[in-house]
Amino acid sequence: MEQTMSANGFVNLQETTIARKTKQVNRSNNHIKGEKIFKGLLNFAGLLLILVVCGILITLVWQSLPALRSLGLRFFWTDTWNPVTNVFGALPFLLGTLITSFLALIISIPFSIAVAILLGEYFPKGGFSNFMRSTIDLIAAVPSVIFGFWGFFVLVPLVRIFEIKIGVSPNGLGLFSSALVLAIMIIPYAASLGTTMIKMVPSALKEGAYALGATRWEVLRSVILPYSKSGLFAGILLSLGRAIGETMAVTMVIGNSNDLPKSIFSTGNTMASVIANEFGAATDHVYISALVEMGLFLFLVTFVINWIGKAVIKRFSKNG
Amino acid sequence: MESTIIKTINYNSYFGENHVVKNVNIEIPRNHVIAVMGPSGCGKTTFLRGINRMHEMTAGAHASGQILLNGEDVMELHPIVVRLKIGMVFQRPNPFPNLSIYDNVIAGYKLNGIKLPKDERDRIVEESLTKVALWKEVKDSLTKKGTFLSGGQQQRLCIARAVAMQPEVLLFDEPTSALDPISTATVEELFIDLKKNYTLIIVTHNMQQAARVSDRTAFFYMGELVEYDETKQMFTGPKDERTQNYITGRFS
Amino acid sequence: METKLNYRIAKSKGMNWLIILLSALCVLPLVFILIYIIKAGIGAINWNFLVSIPKPVGEAGGGIANALIGTAIIILCATVISVPVGIICGIYLNEYKKSKIAYWASICVDVLQGIPSIVMGIIGYLWLVLPFGGHSAISGSVVLAIMMLPIIIRSTEETLKLLPDSLKEAAYALGMPFQRVILKVIIPCGFSGIISGVMLSVARVAGETAPLLFTAFGNPYVEMRLTQPMQTLPLLIFNYATSPYTDWQNLAWGAALVLLIFVLALNLLTKLITRRWKVQL
Repeated sequence: MEQTMSANGFVNLQETTIARKTKQVNRSNNHIKGEKIFKGLLNFAGLLLILVVCGILITLVWQSLPALRSLGLRFFWTDTWNPVTNVFGALPFLLGTLITSFLALIISIPFSIAVAILLGEYFPKGGFSNFMRSTIDLIAAVPSVIFGFWGFFVLVPLVRIFEIKIGVSPNGLGLFSSALVLAIMIIPYAASLGTTMIKMVPSALKEGAYALGATRWEVLRSVILPYSKSGLFAGILLSLGRAIGETMAVTMVIGNSNDLPKSIFSTGNTMASVIANEFGAATDHVYISALVEMGLFLFLVTFVINWIGKAVIKRFSKNG
Repeated sequence: MESTIIKTINYNSYFGENHVVKNVNIEIPRNHVIAVMGPSGCGKTTFLRGINRMHEMTAGAHASGQILLNGEDVMELHPIVVRLKIGMVFQRPNPFPNLSIYDNVIAGYKLNGIKLPKDERDRIVEESLTKVALWKEVKDSLTKKGTFLSGGQQQRLCIARAVAMQPEVLLFDEPTSALDPISTATVEELFIDLKKNYTLIIVTHNMQQAARVSDRTAFFYMGELVEYDETKQMFTGPKDERTQNYITGRFS
Repeated sequence: METKLNYRIAKSKGMNWLIILLSALCVLPLVFILIYIIKAGIGAINWNFLVSIPKPVGEAGGGIANALIGTAIIILCATVISVPVGIICGIYLNEYKKSKIAYWASICVDVLQGIPSIVMGIIGYLWLVLPFGGHSAISGSVVLAIMMLPIIIRSTEETLKLLPDSLKEAAYALGMPFQRVILKVIIPCGFSGIISGVMLSVARVAGETAPLLFTAFGNPYVEMRLTQPMQTLPLLIFNYATSPYTDWQNLAWGAALVLLIFVLALNLLTKLITRRWKVQL
């Protein structure tokens, strides 16, 4: 009796095993087909990415052709922008972008490097460091329209008071205000990258300097900063890329005038802000095309800056 | 009563231009433990990974020749079919970190989308864990993550995972090199039990292990199969001078 | 010698404090912005504010329901488009590192990440507004989706890169096909990293205004159809903040507070998730 029981059990086991194996085989056939489809899908996704980016570039070039044809390279050094008479010169906006972003950069550099040193060297870990890091991250997360809004109602009046004090025309709005807002907005980018770069300085180097009796500042100045300078530079470049492309905050505090800026306190427009202001209302063929051309130029400039920045980071990471 | 389960004919494998396994001809009998040993870089792991077609996963890797499993050429089959028949256990325990112990055992079914009734799943889990002598230790914590186990337990879990698929052959790539001596002993005892149902091929750099657990031993040197014989014979009277040198410790 | 040393130590201490001071100053803007917006916006927010639409100039009350609904719809559509594409691209870049196409695709991700948002607005207008004859919510969604892609792709790629090869080998050894190894093992193990990338990308585009100026355009009424212009929070803030009417400005402050809370909360939540859900390897 016991014998048959166990024999039965054995037979059952064999049957289920065969059933399981059949299931496995059926599945395998589906899987082999699925694998081909999935690999095709992945390749398609990669191609799609390239297509989208090429599409963006081609669209911009294509749509700027009318402006390029009718204005040529004069576009970049003509200082008048007058849609009514169809005269389109981008010089005021080029200057506007140049002044605001470099001014912002100069203002932000001491701060971003200080934060990078603080988080990379003084407090690389711990509660305080987490708090600082979160705060810096959150500044980067604040939407630019909110920066613009705040700048318009808080910063601009302050700048106006300052302008009255130093005796220039009290616009409040203008390149200087834009640069201030931009400076705040780009600090996080340079700071977080700088932190990473400073952390990569080998501790053996630092210890070597300390062992020679150097003070903390001396170690910073003669070991850490020289070692990480290309990385810090890359971070600053990337934040410059941000500043150049930034639109809303600038649009809200720059004053939106199309004249050539006379000083850093005068009102103006950047390339991005003039597109934001006028693209929606532009009707004439050449007018739209001129704005697209400016977009194309903006695209190329930020691309080159980002590309250099990333190349520097790559080299730095390899050497480090 | 001894039948051959795996037979390779002129098997070669390469990494790009690099010829790693050279013209291997070997016959492996069913329900035996075969140890593959040799100095590091001799191609033993590459050979093992070739048997279940894991070798070609590396970019630039390719292979030629035949590997017959029950007379069927593995090289002609789709890799995923091969791997259902030939299970593998790796150097370091690698349970799926997102799955429970229970799910880790039936991972081969679950993740392949093979639906089984609950009682059958339970039976597979219990059977497999029992086979690797882990059932008693973990039966009350089946829902815990597999990564909570100790290294030796994790490795046995990985063996259970392979056993659950009911393969015909189990490949072990230096299975105890990441384990402590006690866990190693447990796993080695397991080999003796497992060979009742499966054929085991074990790559090891540890000669004592080969001597302890295997019925036959293959010695690889510079990508060649130098000698293949009964383990006892191999360790007492090796025919080739290189084998002799290796087991007497003249090079490693 | 002694005075020299004292001078050096003093200088080091001074620099120390300078660095701490400058860093502290960096925190201030966020604090100021938060305080100011809470002060200006909290008065505007009540139930009515959330469920009604803006009133014409001169009438008190009014709310931002149209913008809330619009933001939700546009972001949802953008997420639906970008998440699958982004994750698949991320997998592709991680799995096919050596292929030529992947090399160029990876460069394209960098390019995409650097495109100024206003330029994306132009693209949206040229691709989806001009050919279809009008501003539409869906054109805004597509533009935002393209802007989300690089963040999702990079975070997916980085997450997958960190997973050990042994995991993949374990799966392959069980006879799993490529697609199942990726979908059932690799993705679940990297889930927290991928999801945090998605959330960050949502947080980033939720506040985008420039790309929507010429695409979703804005709408003073509640609109549910994707083919019609739609209001979003950032658009509403921009339009009403720059208006000369105090009522509208107040509305914008309220909207700014709502947007800020949403974006900051999403960021904090992301940090939490990354810490909490991390799979132990």
